Amino acid sequence: MASLVDKTAVAAAPGLRGLPFTLVLIAIGVAIFAIGRWYNNSYAFFMAYVVAQYIVLGTAWNILGGYTGYVNFGVTAFFAIGAYSTVVLHKLIPAMPLPVMILIGGSLAGLVGIGTGYLTLRLRGVFFSIATLALAVVVQTLITNWDFVGGARGAYVLRPRVAPLIGGEYVQYLFLLMLGMCVIVLATARAIERSALGYGFAAIRDDEAAAEASGVPTLRLKLIATGLSGGFMGMAGAPLPFYVTYLDPASGFSLNYAVNAIAMPLIGGTGSWLGPVIGAVLVGGLQEYLRVTISSAVNVLVAGVLMVTFVILAPQGIVGLFQKRKR
Amino acid sequence: MTALLQVSGLSKRFGGFVALDGIDLDVQPGERLGLIGPNGSGKSTLVNCICGTLHNETGSVRFADETLDGLTAHQRTRRGLARSFQLPRPFASLSLAENVRIPILYSVNARAGGHLHGAAIDERCLELLGMVGLLAKARQMPRDLTQIEMRKLELARAMAAQPKLLISDEAMAGLSHAEVDEIIALLIRLNEQGVTVIMIEHIMRAVMEFSQRLAVLVAGKKIADGPPKDIVRDPEVVKAYLGE
Amino acid sequence: MDGSANLLINAIVSGLLLGGFYAAVSVGIAISFGLLDIVNIAHPAFILLGSYAAFVGNTVFGIDPILSSVIALPVFYLLGMLSYQVYYVAFERRDDQSLRGLSFFFGLLFITEVVLVLTFGVDYRTVQAPYIGPSISLGLFDLPLRLLVPFLVAMVMVVGLQIFLSRTFIGRAVQAVAQDQGALRLMAADPVKIKRIAFGLSIATAALAGACLIIIQPVEPSIGREYIGRVFAIVVLGGLGSFPGMVIAAMTLGIAESLTATFFGPSWAPAVAFGILLITLAVRPSGILGR
Repeated sequence: MASLVDKTAVAAAPGLRGLPFTLVLIAIGVAIFAIGRWYNNSYAFFMAYVVAQYIVLGTAWNILGGYTGYVNFGVTAFFAIGAYSTVVLHKLIPAMPLPVMILIGGSLAGLVGIGTGYLTLRLRGVFFSIATLALAVVVQTLITNWDFVGGARGAYVLRPRVAPLIGGEYVQYLFLLMLGMCVIVLATARAIERSALGYGFAAIRDDEAAAEASGVPTLRLKLIATGLSGGFMGMAGAPLPFYVTYLDPASGFSLNYAVNAIAMPLIGGTGSWLGPVIGAVLVGGLQEYLRVTISSAVNVLVAGVLMVTFVILAPQGIVGLFQKRKR
Repeated sequence: MTALLQVSGLSKRFGGFVALDGIDLDVQPGERLGLIGPNGSGKSTLVNCICGTLHNETGSVRFADETLDGLTAHQRTRRGLARSFQLPRPFASLSLAENVRIPILYSVNARAGGHLHGAAIDERCLELLGMVGLLAKARQMPRDLTQIEMRKLELARAMAAQPKLLISDEAMAGLSHAEVDEIIALLIRLNEQGVTVIMIEHIMRAVMEFSQRLAVLVAGKKIADGPPKDIVRDPEVVKAYLGE
Repeated sequence: MDGSANLLINAIVSGLLLGGFYAAVSVGIAISFGLLDIVNIAHPAFILLGSYAAFVGNTVFGIDPILSSVIALPVFYLLGMLSYQVYYVAFERRDDQSLRGLSFFFGLLFITEVVLVLTFGVDYRTVQAPYIGPSISLGLFDLPLRLLVPFLVAMVMVVGLQIFLSRTFIGRAVQAVAQDQGALRLMAADPVKIKRIAFGLSIATAALAGACLIIIQPVEPSIGREYIGRVFAIVVLGGLGSFPGMVIAAMTLGIAESLTATFFGPSWAPAVAFGILLITLAVRPSGILGR
């Protein structure tokens, strides 16, 4: 991670400590939301929700991919587990508050992550990656065959007209929740970078045998990373049914989610928490702009082409480009 | 006196190939043991079995009155068994200070009563780097190091775990005469601080100078074990080395 | 004869034929992943490119789909060499295969899929050939030519490659690359060049496999993804790089999927590969014929 590269163990870590950092994040979140309320444009909320969702997804992917070096291609599986758990919960207990559904969906996805990891993380990293690719297909197969959640036909979820607690349109509530998740995920990612856990992850990424020989319990740490990463992806997916109001396997498992969640950290920089945020804001914003001005087919290409360009030409991402200039 | 490390009847196969065949080896606390043998004789495999990187089919490894069989590599390191790698394997994205920080965080701090925090960890990192003469490069990255500095970092990282036993796996291959002397002096200094050392080496001069006892591995079998002076005159050892 | 027994025999026969086709789809991965240690998850995208090449040859020029893909072979070979060159310069030489190298192929997979959507749309496409439709009935069971022809093409391709790898100098060099690059240098062969050739071959197989695919089923740009789990399940189960192991694994999966589709419904079939893959990874990662 770039922030680890920059600082040394000798000097105290630069920047804020954990709690002040979280408070600053919350302040930024509140400010963004206040501006949104003042501007009061529902299209802006719908767009901002997508960017915030990709901040969560990208950061979640980066906790495993960027920090430990294990590539999860099954983003859609975890994301859809969150989304479909909301569909199920909403059918069973319509009155259940959305934050509770987010927690449940996140926990389920985290458990699936730990399970997949437990079976494959003892092997070379590529086997884990392959297993996650296949996981996306199998979860989709299961959902497609599950009539309770609509099967291949999909499921309709009625979006309430008015947001609870805060009033206004419901999408504002969805955006507020997603902002809250951004704060949680970013605070977690940054705390990891600065803790023993972060050093352990970096050791695993650099050389697993040397990490074991240094006393790092590699399997346990990888499972922690997989669980956290999968859990956050599930959380990001949980509000989706209320956002789209109609969810079918083809859209819930769209490859776009996976490509964006992987492309954004790689474009922004996988070394630190800031990379995925930069990637999500830039790529997410650009895609939205292209979708409006040109076409939605071109906008999905952008993430893929940018990702391939960056991994070839600028492996350290945008953050890396700036750090190089500073030196 | 009970041995610190007791290897008994240890065998390891790769497919049909027998890499180690019934190895017995005792190492006493505070001892300096040299482990020698021709290429492919199984020295590194033995280290990997002792350290838990590989799993032996038969036999057992006891360390400090505890059976290690079935324990993972990191559990063994935490119990006081550290190693350096034959080809240096630094954590490439971490500075030198951070490289030695990992074992402090994950081995020293994982033991009962061994909790270092904040400034104490930083101090300890510098102390370890100072011990091997890399203090000035604490903030640099491993890619900036020379061959011998890389070997020294390997040893510093192994020592960061505060081991009872250090296994140095060919830490001197490819080094100059003076550099070899430097590493020998370093290992002897560590030994004087109470660390038991197993040195695996091809450079006979280094082994003879360092070891109090020699064990010889040939084709997966231990063929000799005793005082260095006797060992080098042992006809079987001479034959194995000169291939008569 | 009992209806369900008849169903069972037919399911097994079509599973075997399907398995032969799966071997054609997987042989490219057996070369790239099994022998060269390049995890080309974009391989199914190249196979789809092969399908569309056959589609264009068939509908625009009226050529037989398999003949079309044979004509396209050199282009695919060059495409493969080019892909490897980029991969080598950007990732292998920097020793960054795992994170960014994998992402590179993932990006290729996605880009190819989107480009195919933009070019051909999301509708299912088919080809015309005299052997699509009729079956040979052998009393106990039917042999649909639609499955039999791809099966035969696949077997010719796999056996041909096996002979190439074991009998020719370059073929043996490719196998040596998997074992020991240093030894290869001693043979005065450049490992990068050998790997480029081998990767070119692996992508060339995608042209033929793609033609087989569009003969067996209608094709749309996103179905390539279904094959990712399948091909890796087959190659891992077959024991990375072993062709006989791969063929056995492919037939096993073909039969398992065919039985699943017959007795539980076709929508469950994609999950079979994943199940087999996970069980293999968890229980026996070295594969059925592995050491």
